[in-house]
Parts: sequence; C-alpha cells; structure tokens
Amino acid sequence: MLSPLDYAIWILISALELGVLFCALRTRSFLRFFPLNFYMLVAVISDLARFIILKHYGFNSSNYRYSYYYSDALLTICLFFALMSLYSKVFKEMGAAIYVRIGAVVVLVLTAAVCFLMVRHSQHRLATRFASELSQNLHFVGAVLTYVLWSAVKKLHETRTRLIQFTLALGVYFSAFAASFALEVLYPNSPYSAFATYAMGLWLPLAWSYTFLKIPENARLQTARIATGGH
Amino acid sequence: MITAALILGFSLVAMLQFFVSYCRSIIAASTAQPLSEQVREVTGIRDGQLRGEEFLRLLQLTSLCPDSGVDHGAIRAVRAYFRMVSFARTALRGVIPGIVSWTEAELTGCAHFAAVALDRRISYSRNLMAQQYSRTS
Repeated sequence: MLSPLDYAIWILISALELGVLFCALRTRSFLRFFPLNFYMLVAVISDLARFIILKHYGFNSSNYRYSYYYSDALLTICLFFALMSLYSKVFKEMGAAIYVRIGAVVVLVLTAAVCFLMVRHSQHRLATRFASELSQNLHFVGAVLTYVLWSAVKKLHETRTRLIQFTLALGVYFSAFAASFALEVLYPNSPYSAFATYAMGLWLPLAWSYTFLKIPENARLQTARIATGGH
Repeated sequence: MITAALILGFSLVAMLQFFVSYCRSIIAASTAQPLSEQVREVTGIRDGQLRGEEFLRLLQLTSLCPDSGVDHGAIRAVRAYFRMVSFARTALRGVIPGIVSWTEAELTGCAHFAAVALDRRISYSRNLMAQQYSRTS
C-alpha cells in the first residue's frame, strides 16, 4: 500500500519530469537532445498510466504489477537509447555514429538473450520475470557503458559542458540503481531499494533541468579540471 | 551472491566517481562566471579573498532569496560534495599533509559556486521586483 508520502514523491517526480521538458523547450534544446526528452516524455506518460491503473485495480492487483514491470522495462530501454545518443554525439566527429547504433542494438539483444536464459525455466509469469530481469540487467549494463563513455569523454578531451553533465548525471542514476538491485539480492527487503528509487527519480530530472536551463549550449569545460582538480 | 557483491562494489565505486565528477563539473562551470558587484557588496567578498569556510554562510544568504526553483538539486549536490571534502580533510590531514591545500582549493570552488547561485537569485529577485513595480505603476 502506498502512503501519502509515496504519493507526494510520485507527484513531485512527475512534475520534475515535466519540468525537464519545459526547460528543454524553453532553451530550444528539445530536438537537439531528443532521446533524453523522449525518455522524460515516456516517463510522464508511464507515471500517468500507472496512476490510472492503480486507481482502477488497486496496489495489490496483478494489473498494476504487470503495468509496473513492463513500463519499467520500457523506460529502461528508452534510457539506454538516450545513453546511446550521448555516445553518438561524442563519436560523431570520428564518423562512428553508425557503429554506435549497431553496437547499441547488439548490446540490447545480447542483454535480452542473457535475461531470457536466466528466466526461461520459470513456468509462472515468464514475461513479467523477463521484463523485471531485463530492466535490472540494463541498469548494470548502462552503468558500465556510462563509465566507458565517461572514460572516452576524458580521453577525447570532449569539452561540451552539457554533454559532460548529462553523462555524469546518467552515470549516477544507472550506478545507484545497479547498486540497489545488487543490495536487494544480498539483503532482501532492504529499505535502500525504495530510497534509491525515490532519490534517483528526483535526481535525474533535477540534474537535467539544471543543465538545460543554467548551462548554455555553447558552454565549454576542460575535462582535465574535473578529473584532476584546480579551479 | 559473489556476482551480486561484485556488482554492488563496482556500482558504489562508479556512483561515487560519477557524483564527484558531476559536482566538480558544476563547480568548474560556475568558476568561469565572474561575481557581480552587487553580490560582492552583499557578501563583503573582494577579489581573490573567497575562502572555503564561507560556503555555508553564502548558502544561508542564498536560501533567503526567492528562487526560480531550478538550482535546488545542484545546491544539494554541491553541499554534499562540500561535506565529503571537509570530512576527507579532517580525516586524512594527519596521514596526507598535502591534502589540506587540495581540499582548500575544492572548498573555495564550492564557495564560488554558492556565490554565483546567490548572484543569480539576487538578479532574479530584482527582476521580480521590477516586474511588480511596472505592474503597479
């Protein structure tokens, strides 16, 4: 059962997700970072759909559970492609954008195949378990890929501040969720899982809104200053 | 279990690294912005005199100003970073003497970020007041 605090945080997260879209539109960056904004749009729609299903069928209904896991998997896939769009931007000048796209599809298919192998023996709720497993594994894959992207950003001396901040905020998000899922395996029913869901639900829209609104498109930053210090 | 523990270890280290780099990117972006005369007047800061310990005072001043509601997340993140660096300085000062100068540079960066945030909020308040004044007159 959801408490009033859960509802309040849920509404706040949805409002912040809408805020990202507003900030992107206001700074005319909606199309420039379309995959990131598309993720936020899907997140808002998914929040709305979940809320309607919750009101109609209740928290303990299988309808709500199915909608939760499937929409979560869909959102993670959208976020995965948002990450790939950041890869494309970083590697665009090297003419490697097409390889990034192919690589993204290969990684996604491989992750899905591994998830299927992990849950294939489940007779009961195979699709739901697959969706849940895919979402969890994609968070870990996302954390690893963001780490690789951040290393590439440093190596290639990428200076676009917005790109750097989007990548780092996404890195915090993916790795916090990956840690949360691992902790759930080690310590079932740990309160950290719920905390991470709420904290990261707030984190990503806040971080992206700030970047859209406060960092101009032409702002540049030397990654060496972030990596080694010295203001 | 071992796989989960390894994933947990990697994720926590990566999260910390991403978070620190994110905070440093926000601070580095703010250091490119010079402080306006009005914020110097309000805070009593002169050129090159900003120190790390002024961070909390500047944040208090920032919290007194109305805001546009966008920089809350960044302020919280930098405040957490400030605490982390302060803790590292206190804990490791005896072990690594060189850490003091490094942490002072980091904390000064945090203070500059807070001063820039205050500057933005003062400008925002003035704009609000100007709009209000033009409506009433």
